[in-house]
Amino acid sequence: MNKLSYFDNNIEKAFFAILSCFILIFPLMNWIFPEESILHVSSFQLSVWGKYLCYAILAVSVNFLWGYTGLLCLGQCLFFALGGYAFGMYLMLMIGELGAYKSSLPDFMVFLGYNELPAHWVPFYNPVFAILAAMWVPGLVAFIFGVLAFRSRIKGVYFSILTQALTYAAALLFFRNDFTFGGNNGFTDFKFIFGVDINDPSVARGLFWASGAFLLFVYGLIAWLLKSKFGLVQRAIRDSENRVRFSGYSTTHYKVFIFVLSAMIAGIAGALYVPQAGIINPSEMWPTKGLDIVVWVAVGGRGSKFGPIIGAVLINLLKSFTTRAYPESWLIILGMVFLLVVLFMPNGVMGLWEQVKAYWTAKKQQKLNQSA
Amino acid sequence: MDIPYLAEKLVMIFSKHIKTITCFSLACLLIGLSSITAHAESDSRAALSKLIAAPDKEAEASALDELSLLGDPIIEEVVSAWRVGEITHSESTGVVYWKLGLNSYQNLTTGATITPAEDHKKMRPSRKLRKELSKIVDLLELKSPDYKKRAQAAKKLGSSQKPEYVSVLQELAAKQETEDLQQAFKEAIAISLIANGTQQERIDSITLLGDNNILSAKGFIEDALKEAVADGTSSAALVDAAKVALDQLARHQSFIDITGTLVRGLSTGSVLLLVSYGLAITFGQMGVINMAHGEFIAIGGYTVYLVQTFILETYGMNSAMYDWYFIIAIPIAFLVSAIAGAILEKGLIQFLYSRPLESLLATWAVSMVMQQALRLHFGAANVSVSSPEWLSGSANFGGVLLSYNRLSLILFAILVVIVTRLLLSKTNWGLHVRATMQNRQMASSLGVPSSRVNMLTFAFGSGLAGLAGAFISQIGNVGPSMGQTYIVDSFMVVVVGGVGNLLGAAISSLGIGMIDQGLQPLLGPVMGKITVLFMIIGFLQFKPGGIFPARSRSLDD
Repeated sequence: MNKLSYFDNNIEKAFFAILSCFILIFPLMNWIFPEESILHVSSFQLSVWGKYLCYAILAVSVNFLWGYTGLLCLGQCLFFALGGYAFGMYLMLMIGELGAYKSSLPDFMVFLGYNELPAHWVPFYNPVFAILAAMWVPGLVAFIFGVLAFRSRIKGVYFSILTQALTYAAALLFFRNDFTFGGNNGFTDFKFIFGVDINDPSVARGLFWASGAFLLFVYGLIAWLLKSKFGLVQRAIRDSENRVRFSGYSTTHYKVFIFVLSAMIAGIAGALYVPQAGIINPSEMWPTKGLDIVVWVAVGGRGSKFGPIIGAVLINLLKSFTTRAYPESWLIILGMVFLLVVLFMPNGVMGLWEQVKAYWTAKKQQKLNQSA
Repeated sequence: MDIPYLAEKLVMIFSKHIKTITCFSLACLLIGLSSITAHAESDSRAALSKLIAAPDKEAEASALDELSLLGDPIIEEVVSAWRVGEITHSESTGVVYWKLGLNSYQNLTTGATITPAEDHKKMRPSRKLRKELSKIVDLLELKSPDYKKRAQAAKKLGSSQKPEYVSVLQELAAKQETEDLQQAFKEAIAISLIANGTQQERIDSITLLGDNNILSAKGFIEDALKEAVADGTSSAALVDAAKVALDQLARHQSFIDITGTLVRGLSTGSVLLLVSYGLAITFGQMGVINMAHGEFIAIGGYTVYLVQTFILETYGMNSAMYDWYFIIAIPIAFLVSAIAGAILEKGLIQFLYSRPLESLLATWAVSMVMQQALRLHFGAANVSVSSPEWLSGSANFGGVLLSYNRLSLILFAILVVIVTRLLLSKTNWGLHVRATMQNRQMASSLGVPSSRVNMLTFAFGSGLAGLAGAFISQIGNVGPSMGQTYIVDSFMVVVVGGVGNLLGAAISSLGIGMIDQGLQPLLGPVMGKITVLFMIIGFLQFKPGGIFPARSRSLDD
């Protein structure tokens, strides 16, 4: 075996370097250049790209499950939204008495006739608790569901469908007003984060850096895991789970661990997403969202380390462009793109280079054969 | 053949004789009609005119008496017009006018349109008269030729518990033509007698109502019981009778609740069965995770809408074609969806048989495109599909009402199960399907045209989705995202039933429907649904392969 390296090839190295530079410099362009300058990046642009970074983290977490373990989870949006809700609760409480009803309770609670804060909301005054909750709540849900599903050896398509059903049930639950999470409208109109006005440019920069740093951290963590023995077992499970089990590994434990880890990553991504988007509501966990994430991964190239990052950013750029340029037919355009990718680029954008190379070699071989 | 010429000739022949034909038929019609209705109506008109123009109390009383013997619906119309001041009377000519429009009047007695005399004045009935009239109007329906209306009127009068109606009801009860009507009158009398009868009559009435399981009488019996217990002087027999009757009613109520849940569960289950049976074929048998299944349902719904619109425009609202448009739409919905399914299979899915998870993504993309295409073409709002006459109304199953729509859906679901079963087990095509589904390569090497079988099977499954859409158009909404509502449920049904097992899908959809309807009264619709989803997830812990797990010796299935 070669010396363990975090990067498979030079493309990955270059990509990592470019991504790091982008994350470092983009907010600086907002800070340093004055508003008139061409190089200035508006705070709005910054938070849009910050959201894309969060989507990229989410896509990486799906890829960790699907690309490397063979578990196609259609409920990753649930973990994302749970993390978002956990941090959103903190942000809601930070509004204080500046809401429409001038009450210390969040507006929707006043509206629904609550007299005091429900007990499970109280700890969320503490931001550290909220951030931890954004990890362990999705983690706990993933753990319970994972243990149940993997112990009874639900796999493949059945796992996908069950995660979708779980997401559907949870979304229905969150749509209810009496579930104390704002029902249909969710949380919005945030005012302060860590004591700073949430509309301040410094918050947008800080959140962008935080999202970027976390993306790089997750990238590194997954690269490290994949290079370790753990990663080998993980990919072995993807390729032939029964043989791994025969070899004496408890695949259930591995899968539960991977599932919980990726749910936690998705939860943090959600927590980073909510202050940048300024809203979280149950439509974030609607089953179609879960499928969207899978599509990002598929377009970028599953089973490659930054394919999902590229996919998430590309598709969301395409989406924000087409929704503005072709508001009526953007769904058709997006659908067509997915179709083409699934049919003709099984390894996504990242696999395109290999595909082209293989095509050329085949052509060359053909020519050689003909001349011979 | 020269069709215009022929048509012209026919018209000429027709127009030559048209006068004779019209005259004759009109005469027939008039004679027939007048002999039946005109008599009753003209009598009523005359009596009303007399009443309105009555100069003194005596004339009024005699006119009222006369009127109370008549039962024509026109009485109600005239009385209500009288109340709002649309009846005028001219002292000089003695004619009563009925104001029909802004400046159009009718002679009330004859019914002819005329210009009123100069001195006509608005008439309003006196307070006392109004009471009398409302009594007469109330009793009108008791004489209605429509049996249903008559029974309802009897019930209404009985429930009012006004003593003055008891004698009328009793008088009319004996004259009723059918046994059902007599029964309805008897019950109405009994309800009225609970309040108005002698002690023995009250006890008898209570017992009668209890024995006949008349749930609407529950409140009255409870009141009677409360009153009897409160004043303490009533005989113990009444209290006992009331208690027994209430017991009987409670038992009947719980019986109805249970049957109601069963019937509603059966109906929900049939909807689930219809929407998921196509998926049980495409997903369960063929292994294609068809996320666009919901859009095939939508195609079925929209096809019904298009057929309806077409027939409405071509033949009009009152044509026989419009009555039966739904019957015509059903096979068309099946065909359209099946053709769409065949195109999808040929164009996309046949390349993805070895990559099931990617078929999920590809069909998801197709579903997005189809949904948006439907939205662009038909608009984002739901389109309205009307139920044909013969499907509106409902059947009564021992006190549980089930609309004909749902009843036909249940019957159709059963039909679909049977036909699919026969197709798969008795026909050559079915044999090929089963062979191909078990092992594509093997079947193909044995000469089964597997790519055609695949296409036809997928088309059949999609066609079933279209049928489901056609039936859903009668009970729910037709909109671009109508299929999304059912997609998660249908996958659940197939997984719970055991993938690859059609009987399992049928059983699981009925089971899920029953549990759903059983939980709904306790938890509400949304919590009921959530609970069902969690129950399904729990159920799969114990039976990961569903009710009928697919058996296989292969390790990595």
